Amino acid sequence: MTNGLNAMYTIWLREIWRFVRERERIVGMVGQPLLYLLIIGKGISATMGIRGAPAGVDYVTFMYPGIVGMSILFTSIFSAVSVIWDREFGFLKEVLVAPVPRWAVALGKALGGATVTTLQTVILLVLAPFAGIRLTVGGVVEMLALAFLLSLALTSFGLAVASRMTSMQGFQMFMNFLIMPLFFLSGAMFPLTDRVPAWMRALMHVDPLTYGVDALRHALYTGPVLEVMRAAQLVRFDLWTDIAVLAGLSLALSAIGTAAFSRAS
Amino acid sequence: MSAIVEVDQLTRTFGEVTAVDHVSFTVQEGEIFGFLGPNGAGKSTTIQILATLLPPTSGTARLAGFDVRKHAVEVRRQIGIVFQDPSLDSRLTAEENLRFHARLYGVPADVYRRRSEELLAMMGLADRRRSLVATFSGGMKRRLEIARGLLHHPRVLFLDEPTVGLDPQTRAAIWDYVKRLRDETGVTIFMTTHYLDEAEHCDRIAIIDHGRVVALDTPAALKRGLGGDVIYLRGPDLAGLAARLKQEFGLDAEVADGRLVIRTADAASLAPRILAGVGTGVESLEIKQPTLDDVFLSLTGRAIRDEEASPTDSVRAHARMWRNRR
Repeated sequence: MTNGLNAMYTIWLREIWRFVRERERIVGMVGQPLLYLLIIGKGISATMGIRGAPAGVDYVTFMYPGIVGMSILFTSIFSAVSVIWDREFGFLKEVLVAPVPRWAVALGKALGGATVTTLQTVILLVLAPFAGIRLTVGGVVEMLALAFLLSLALTSFGLAVASRMTSMQGFQMFMNFLIMPLFFLSGAMFPLTDRVPAWMRALMHVDPLTYGVDALRHALYTGPVLEVMRAAQLVRFDLWTDIAVLAGLSLALSAIGTAAFSRAS
Repeated sequence: MSAIVEVDQLTRTFGEVTAVDHVSFTVQEGEIFGFLGPNGAGKSTTIQILATLLPPTSGTARLAGFDVRKHAVEVRRQIGIVFQDPSLDSRLTAEENLRFHARLYGVPADVYRRRSEELLAMMGLADRRRSLVATFSGGMKRRLEIARGLLHHPRVLFLDEPTVGLDPQTRAAIWDYVKRLRDETGVTIFMTTHYLDEAEHCDRIAIIDHGRVVALDTPAALKRGLGGDVIYLRGPDLAGLAARLKQEFGLDAEVADGRLVIRTADAASLAPRILAGVGTGVESLEIKQPTLDDVFLSLTGRAIRDEEASPTDSVRAHARMWRNRR
């Protein structure tokens, strides 16, 4: 067990080393959300509004937590999928031949991915003023905890998929047919209200990212903004419902991811 | 010396294909043991089974007394391995790669510091410890991998084709390092190669073909098994020369291709005696000592030759290019 925890820490540590080294990756991961907020966000809020939204609710303010969710989604999946690179470039063999249990390798990887994603989310906080959001210490702490939870679930999910994938070609399919719909249906870009067609509303309810984005809205909107958003159904669920869904999902997916990785290698 | 690797009737099949076929051998502690055979002979499969990465279909393999199937974690503690393809994280520095390994194997921090310094110096990499592995040449990467494989004091170091794809100079340098390593640390070295000249460096070699061990001995003994050296003589009267050799030395010589062929265990000492005895009838004398190539040829009926890069190699090279472009 000590052996396993030590291995987990080692795998985790490597993710951190690499994160610190790959600054260009950080630039890319912050640049994309910035483009979304600046161009799509400002463009839409200048010409269209959210139907039924109260006065003073800016589209960019609505969109910002969703964009944070998007960044968490993509960063988590990319972290997990790096096992495919590790396999392709042989490094995975170095890990697999070491006297450590497979579950420790998988969990270390998932926790490492979640940590890196959370660190990146911290960087995204600098964009909050663009969205007219006032950050509070409590809100930031809450958001980072939620980001970690959501990312742990998503990294584990990515790990489960990546364990079965042997090439990057399969990854493209995975991105287009699973990850993009997850993002589009999460309520990040438009709210899950009763005006959305019923079939889509159903899909949005089963998209786990919906609860992640909703929870992030709880954390990022504070004071009167939260009240306004909640009244307009732009914050949809109760925070504890979101947390329960995310926690359950993290547990289940990290178990599945660990099992899939152990079986595949 | 005692046996550190014991392999008994080891077999591994992949569907219809039998990659390793009832292989048995033992490796003594402190030996440089070579597995010689063409690509696809079953060398890497055997190493993967010994390293617990692949379960055997039948038969047993024990490392330092531990069964590879029942005590995989114990076996892994006892071995270091350098794979055929690089297995370093090129985005980390040499030192970070070593530190990662040490942590994974539970090497205490102070032992790690001392040992990594020692090994980096031995492998000639001390001044590059803080460089990214991506900037290393093929030979440097290989040396770093050897250093890494030894970090946790393994009792057996597996080297799977350690010099493949390297230039002759680097290959020779790697061999110097490997021999020094064995002499200074006493670690057992189990290596595979399809380079015949390299197999000469081993204490003992097993020749493997189509998954079977067809011969196992010291390089010298294997060559002796061919009937030793050959002396070729040319002269104006070969028949007469043959008769005189028979009379004076009791040698059976045969005429072939316009020359006289004499098989002997030790040509180096026989040749001067022949020249002293029948020298007047000899125009030229040529000595040929058998190579491992001849041994392989006589055992399998085929010559080992270096094959083209396998499809996986080119896929990897492609992926690497793609990645470097990003």
